[in-house]
Amino acid sequence: MLDAVIVGAGPAGLAAAIACREWGLQVVVVDEFMKPGGRLLGQLHQEPDGRWWNGIQETAALLDRAVELGADIRCGVSVYHVEKAESGFRIYTSEETLLTANLLLATGAAETPLPLPGWTLPGVMSIGAAQVMTNVHRVRAGHKGIIAGINVLSAAIARELQLAGTELHGLVLPALHPLTAAAGHPRKVMESLLRIAHLAPSFWIRAGSRFARAGWVRSLALRFYPRSGVKLWGLPVHLRKALVRINGVDQVESVTLSDTTVDGQPVPGSEQTVDVDFVCIAGGLYPLAELAAVMGCPFKYVEELGGHVPLHNEQMETPLAGMYVAGNITGIESAKVARAQGTVAGLSIAARALGGSEQIKLQRQLAEALHHVNETREQATIQFHPNIAAGRMKMAEAYQEHVIRQ
Amino acid sequence: MSNMRIVDHPILGKLEERPAVSFTFDGRPCEGVAGDTIASALLAGGIRMLRVQEVTGTPRGLYCNIGHCCECRVTVDGKPGVRACLAEIQPGMIVESGKPLPQRKELAPHA
Repeated sequence: MLDAVIVGAGPAGLAAAIACREWGLQVVVVDEFMKPGGRLLGQLHQEPDGRWWNGIQETAALLDRAVELGADIRCGVSVYHVEKAESGFRIYTSEETLLTANLLLATGAAETPLPLPGWTLPGVMSIGAAQVMTNVHRVRAGHKGIIAGINVLSAAIARELQLAGTELHGLVLPALHPLTAAAGHPRKVMESLLRIAHLAPSFWIRAGSRFARAGWVRSLALRFYPRSGVKLWGLPVHLRKALVRINGVDQVESVTLSDTTVDGQPVPGSEQTVDVDFVCIAGGLYPLAELAAVMGCPFKYVEELGGHVPLHNEQMETPLAGMYVAGNITGIESAKVARAQGTVAGLSIAARALGGSEQIKLQRQLAEALHHVNETREQATIQFHPNIAAGRMKMAEAYQEHVIRQ
Repeated sequence: MSNMRIVDHPILGKLEERPAVSFTFDGRPCEGVAGDTIASALLAGGIRMLRVQEVTGTPRGLYCNIGHCCECRVTVDGKPGVRACLAEIQPGMIVESGKPLPQRKELAPHA
């Protein structure tokens, strides 16, 4: 019987493994991908102080420490089922079935797909797919592309594609339909775009962030939004153009764009064809929580956290004794927050697994780790969802209510 | 065969030399580098169509690149349903694209 199985070798899983190993627990980390790091691997952006956040280096630092401590990290292994065993959990993997007293789900996030006509053509991929191809595999997604979906993630990755020398036509909205109601509506998109205003050198966006708090200003700003788009790192961002169709026979050959009204409706006769050989769809991230659902863990939908999230408290405990969550499965935030949460989860597991004599020291470390999560959250440069703190509060309340009801 | 490999990068630096790995895709000789997935090695060579939809026969390629959407299923050394975005290429690997399944005539989609 293992002390802990950690599903996911991203920043949360690796940090948790380190904390567990520092307390001498027997821990196995499994990850479907062939190398550890998760989505941290692909990250590359400049911090406000000018330094580069390089996901490959950040991963290497975590991995070196985990390996040094003797963590058993198994890559290329899929977990396809989990169930309750007499005194813990049975974890079914593509290699063997593991028995463990504690289980940490650090499965991260997936991207919300935005269906568009022609989106099944080869050459259409999620923006995260292009990021991993570019920064991890060092392969271009294509010769020239376009991004459908304007949000924090797509803006950051557009910059990464540009850094790698990949030509982009720019960022446009997905055509408005019931499944793109938020991502395809210019005003809603502008609201979220204002949150990355500090990353944009453009005066317009800065001015916008100061003045566009009132709804009518946003409408006005959208009405006068330039046809050529507003430049973000030299890349045109078109809040008044929508991708209506992806064209091609065996793969992407072009896209059809349309001008839109302030409300995202296509302007008749404004269709235009642009030759591209790849399309990135950027619908944003949501917590990847299937395994928690399989375990019967209660969930709560919290928009600020990015979707349906397994109930959990600040210590990363779920209502199922011995099952923990950390990282983006608990809500969409930066890799730094995920890493800090991983440490908390690892220490919480150690506190459960180890006997009394170590508790004082453990609880002190746990308190410090919790403080570090909050500090990291407050200092975050990129916020994927507004009001993350409010979202966390909602989750804390929901967890409390659940505990009281039981 | 086009080369889509990003050799020089202003932040990540020059791509480290990695040994070449030869494999085949639908019988065509292909080459990637050690550490490539099947999907990245094929994309580097300009190949994007990895399978066809089993009923309609329309082309499909990589979509999510994290093993979640399962759009990139290929057959590897006779084993079907392998996700090309997660599987690492190995020397001599025989990769075949996903093919349409035989259909009962009365169920086949109207052309």
